[in-house]
Amino acid sequence: MNIEYPISVTVNGTRYDRDVEPRLLLSDFLRHDLGLTGTHVGCEHGVCGACTVLFNGQPVRSCLMFAVQADGQEVTTVEALGTPDDLHPIQEAFLEAHGAQCGYCTPGFFMTLVPFLEENPDPTEEEIREAIAGNLCRCTGYQHIVDAVKLAAAKLGS
Amino acid sequence: MKPAAFEYLAPTTTEEALARLAEHGWAAKVLAGGQSLVPMMNFRLAQPSVLVDINRIADLAYIEPARDGGVRIGAMTRQAQVERDPTVASRLPMIHEAMPKIAYPAVRSRGTIGGTIAHADPSAELVGASVALRARFRIGSRDRGERWVPAEEFFVGLFTTALEPDELLLEVHVPPMPAHSGWAFLEVARRHHDFALVGVAAVAALDSKGRSDGTRLVFFSVGEGPVEAHAAAAVLQGQVPTPEVIREAAETAGDADVDPQSDINASAAYRRHLVKVLGQRALAQAFLRAQGG
Repeated sequence: MNIEYPISVTVNGTRYDRDVEPRLLLSDFLRHDLGLTGTHVGCEHGVCGACTVLFNGQPVRSCLMFAVQADGQEVTTVEALGTPDDLHPIQEAFLEAHGAQCGYCTPGFFMTLVPFLEENPDPTEEEIREAIAGNLCRCTGYQHIVDAVKLAAAKLGS
Repeated sequence: MKPAAFEYLAPTTTEEALARLAEHGWAAKVLAGGQSLVPMMNFRLAQPSVLVDINRIADLAYIEPARDGGVRIGAMTRQAQVERDPTVASRLPMIHEAMPKIAYPAVRSRGTIGGTIAHADPSAELVGASVALRARFRIGSRDRGERWVPAEEFFVGLFTTALEPDELLLEVHVPPMPAHSGWAFLEVARRHHDFALVGVAAVAALDSKGRSDGTRLVFFSVGEGPVEAHAAAAVLQGQVPTPEVIREAAETAGDADVDPQSDINASAAYRRHLVKVLGQRALAQAFLRAQGG
């Protein structure tokens, strides 16, 4: 049963060849096999959104996919967004508007917001709240996150 | 590792998938979008010994206008794609409105039409909508070929469908709306996009004299499967849908058609109340649309 399968996955533009058990979750593959610990795991059953990554450009819960399913596909994680010296506009906005407190949920918010703001460059507050409904934050009460998203939209639009 | 070990099979054609299901029977579980199955596997509530991953079968993902004016949707079509599809938006406005209510964008990226139907969660939006819209499902098996099952006969109980272990749901066909009809799709949930406490899908139809004729009201998240409100429909049949008639029908639905249970999210009494309130709102909206309002 514990047969390993060879997979080849492109993560943040780099190709990785690994052997994985089929039951290995994509979230654990990213963190344990590739050392990309920016993707956080919270509930591990699809509710909290902390593990959100882009799979072929679309936001997905990486805890609800198996790594073997990513064979031949492209994954983008929070590590691709910005560096401490050169933050992504969404990261800048969260910093300036206090959209993060403990930071545990933050990578999931970023990876939810990247495709959302591409599709909706000028969202209303209602649309923002809808968009982040699948990401749980227990610190902020969401108000500063909503403010940060508005600021991010302004930064990305300018 | 969270899930128990399993044998992984990833067929690339429908024929191959049906062959694998025929070989493994009850031991096998089909992996579609995985948005319900993988959480159950992570909790080890589900421990299939064989997983047949059908994500690599490209032929099962399509949206096509049907000759009867409805829409044919391949089982592996992602919910996000259905949500954005112009044919679905124009021909199946109820489905178009129901799609964003299903979980969250990151779930709809992976979640499929066939997956939510075959999983048969009693709180699933498309389970209720497919019965109200009289959808039909095309099902295949290696040994017995294909068959069609109407939505009203497909959902047989809690997470239980007419699918046999060697069968695969291939396509959802949703017929066009009847003539002189209107629709409504409403639900109440504790958070945006959370599981509905109660939901309702209504198709109101009128005869040439403006009387209700064949109106359908289907509730979800109130029982072990979708619940069609036959007693409420009988109250409406042949009647001009005045506010009084609509209120009587919705009260009848709450008193006679549903038998909701209490759980951690809502009491049975609150669910029955929601059935009456949502039923009344849905019928009013659907009849207004049927009247061209």
